[in-house]
Amino acid sequence: MQAEHQHHVHGQNGHRHPVDFDPTAAGPDPFAPAASGSRPVRIGIGGPVGSGKTALTAALCRTLGSELELAVVTNDIYTTEDADFLRQAGVLDPGRIEAVQTGACPHTAIRDDITANLDAVERLQQRYASLDLVLVESGGDNLTAVFSRGLADVQVFVVDVAGGDKVPRKGGPGVTTADLLVVNKVDLAERVGADMAVMLADAHRMRGELAVLAQSLTEDPAASATADWVRRQVAEHRAAVGPSAE
Amino acid sequence: MTAMPTVSLATLALADSRFPGGGHAHSGGLEEAVHRGTVSGPEQLAEFLHGRLHGAGAQTAVFAAAAAHAAARGVRPDHWSLLDAELEARTPSPAQRAASRAQGRGTLRSGRAAWPSRALDELLATTGSPHHPIVVGVLLGAGASASPTDAASVVAYLSVSGPASAAVRLLGLDPFAANAAVTALRADTERIAAEAARTAGHRPENLPGASSPALDLLAEQHQRHHREEVRLFAS
Repeated sequence: MQAEHQHHVHGQNGHRHPVDFDPTAAGPDPFAPAASGSRPVRIGIGGPVGSGKTALTAALCRTLGSELELAVVTNDIYTTEDADFLRQAGVLDPGRIEAVQTGACPHTAIRDDITANLDAVERLQQRYASLDLVLVESGGDNLTAVFSRGLADVQVFVVDVAGGDKVPRKGGPGVTTADLLVVNKVDLAERVGADMAVMLADAHRMRGELAVLAQSLTEDPAASATADWVRRQVAEHRAAVGPSAE
Repeated sequence: MTAMPTVSLATLALADSRFPGGGHAHSGGLEEAVHRGTVSGPEQLAEFLHGRLHGAGAQTAVFAAAAAHAAARGVRPDHWSLLDAELEARTPSPAQRAASRAQGRGTLRSGRAAWPSRALDELLATTGSPHHPIVVGVLLGAGASASPTDAASVVAYLSVSGPASAAVRLLGLDPFAANAAVTALRADTERIAAEAARTAGHRPENLPGASSPALDLLAEQHQRHHREEVRLFAS
């Protein structure tokens, strides 16, 4: 009964630890170290509701899925909404998508308490041992929501022209500190009365040296520029940690 | 025991809703109760919390106290798998077992950074993904920073503070009323923690078992609804 129970529990977790009756024996450490060459680079994708985070994630999966081993964690407040979108879009094997519940607080799940997201990343790493990249897509939130560095190695903040050309000027940690700011839906700029020159100038002024990309998934469904940026992050991660141990 | 024991910082940190152990995404059945219309205001929340404290709260308090007692006196590693298995056996709902292990894993991850100990490593090595109250008990007992009563108090409090916070988020309840509903349970919480401390030295198989069938059913129904429609909380 006892042995059976233990077997069951370990089976659920996908790893095993023999019971050792020697009190001086230390067990193996099942947790990945904070930064290891054997783990994939984790890129956070955040931004306000409706700015196009999921569409960008789908485009990146479509463009990079054949050249990189990648997986996605989604944090939509409606839990499975984004995961379902990605599964139906057919851009990724459903096993490579994990959805987490955020308890109605999307920023908490990516910043203050990253437990559920780390669990999801670890499940994906256990399932696919040679992942290059995990995209962690935040639920739509406000301009102050950023990813914890304990969860995302680098992060993308997505805003869109329809949200108003004042957004970059308003600042907030998302706009000012994300490693890449994507100004999305630029094809709509004229129709919503957004001044692209002002928007991009504001973005650069607020962000100093940090990268800014203007993007339209209608005109470029492959999200080519953002995909190139992601490729560079993967390459830099590999160079920084040396050849993969796996 | 002194009349006014000092509360350790570890006890306060573990009971803090800002402790990064994954608890914020769990409602302890409250979301399902809201969905059914069972809880819609402060009065029903108070009743829900009372039931949850005496069910899940009392059960987890017993095992947190036992784990703290075991960690403080130093036990062989196989004690942890016994304790974990006995709590598993007293938790009939698979959804609640999964929620407890998820929070146990999260609390362990945080706890290893804050309060590393040999007992914690042995708990991890023998159980893989231990139940939440056992992790709390080991964290508090291993450093001898807190008593079994403290460990029981923490998990008894968390059994109601989490659902109360979920009620604020789901129903837009007055946060002062929700907090007052938690603090109104002071006498019950203290009694439950004291009772848990009394059985803390029992062998794992002889620890008391509390049953709360309604919470078991809410947890199972919550999981079922997850597959059909929107749920914001993991439990």
